[in-house]
Amino acid sequence: MSVEIQSLDPRINRLGLHTHEPGSPDTLPPHDHWGTYQVFHQKKRGDRHTAVGIVHAPGAELAMAYAKEQFGRRGETANLWVVDTRHVMALDYADQDMFATTPEKTYRDPGGYKVNDKIDAYREKMSHEHTP
Amino acid sequence: MNIPHKSVPIADLHREPLRQLLTALADDHLILGHRHSEWTGLGPILEEDIAFSSIAQDQMGHALGFYTLLHEHLGAPDPDIHAFTRQEAEFSCCQLVEWPIGDYDFSLTRHLFFDLAAGLRMETLSLSSFTPLAQLATKIRGEVKYHIFHAKTMVGQLGNSSDETAKARMQTAINRQFGLALGMFEPRLGEQILDDAHIAPIESKWRERWLEALNAVLDGTGLQIPDPDRIEPVFGGRNGYHTEYLQPLLHEMTEVFRLDPQAEW
Repeated sequence: MSVEIQSLDPRINRLGLHTHEPGSPDTLPPHDHWGTYQVFHQKKRGDRHTAVGIVHAPGAELAMAYAKEQFGRRGETANLWVVDTRHVMALDYADQDMFATTPEKTYRDPGGYKVNDKIDAYREKMSHEHTP
Repeated sequence: MNIPHKSVPIADLHREPLRQLLTALADDHLILGHRHSEWTGLGPILEEDIAFSSIAQDQMGHALGFYTLLHEHLGAPDPDIHAFTRQEAEFSCCQLVEWPIGDYDFSLTRHLFFDLAAGLRMETLSLSSFTPLAQLATKIRGEVKYHIFHAKTMVGQLGNSSDETAKARMQTAINRQFGLALGMFEPRLGEQILDDAHIAPIESKWRERWLEALNAVLDGTGLQIPDPDRIEPVFGGRNGYHTEYLQPLLHEMTEVFRLDPQAEW
């Protein structure tokens, strides 16, 4: 037996919803699903835009309208980008082995450059020049 | 919305017309904000639910701003008391904002109609000679800009839809509430006095600009507005005459407040 749903929320009661009859077939019609847009958020002008997540939308403009509320609703925002996910080229995880040996190439790490001595020397020089 | 507390002198002649204007603005935003919030959790998709709920919150914030001006400059009670303890006949919202949310096509069209008008109002009021109002309108303007962007995009999307049913539903929503929308511009008591003092224009000026803006938005979509000269505007709201929908809304909106009016929130 299907029963009318009683809720503490008056809005739900106004909808006059009924419980799903046990054993009855799922009658929900199939939907056309909207595609996704990648959202990039910029906190301050001049900062890089950072990938923050996705929104579902039928077009770039509505994606932007949604991105503003999903990802620009708190804190500071200077700008947003939205990009149709289909326009993003990504590597296949199967090809991750291309990077397998990279962690071994420590000579590429910035720590390999010995510049700290030069920076310290420069600081020393500046502080002397500014002392009256 | 925090407004710097600084009472500015208002000429006696301007007090009542200004009270009328601010109460109309406050009540419109409050009641529509409440209506919009009824979609929270029931919106068509998650992203739209969140966006529309934020817009509802914004409307409440705008209402608070106007009630605060009334409180600080015109001797009205504290905003919460003012918003939640008045009788139906003391509300001066237009009837457009009172109507139940209906289906999403109705709510979306109302959102476009209302925020397009709010955008024009805030633009003009940001230049008001009554400085506290000009400051508040400037703050609100940016938020309304987003509301209009959202409304235009959604309505444009549906109006250009290849789904004829979607298009027809939007057109019907426009036709059904057009007279109600024209009711947003019901002349206010003493509006000419405020216009002369460069505090706020008379409603018919806003109405003209609204019609132009609305035509521009709908241009290029498959939607159009009825001939405004052949539609009877639904007036009465500004003078306390309301639909049968306002009283139940007020009852529901104030239910928690009435449990303990002295409670600290």
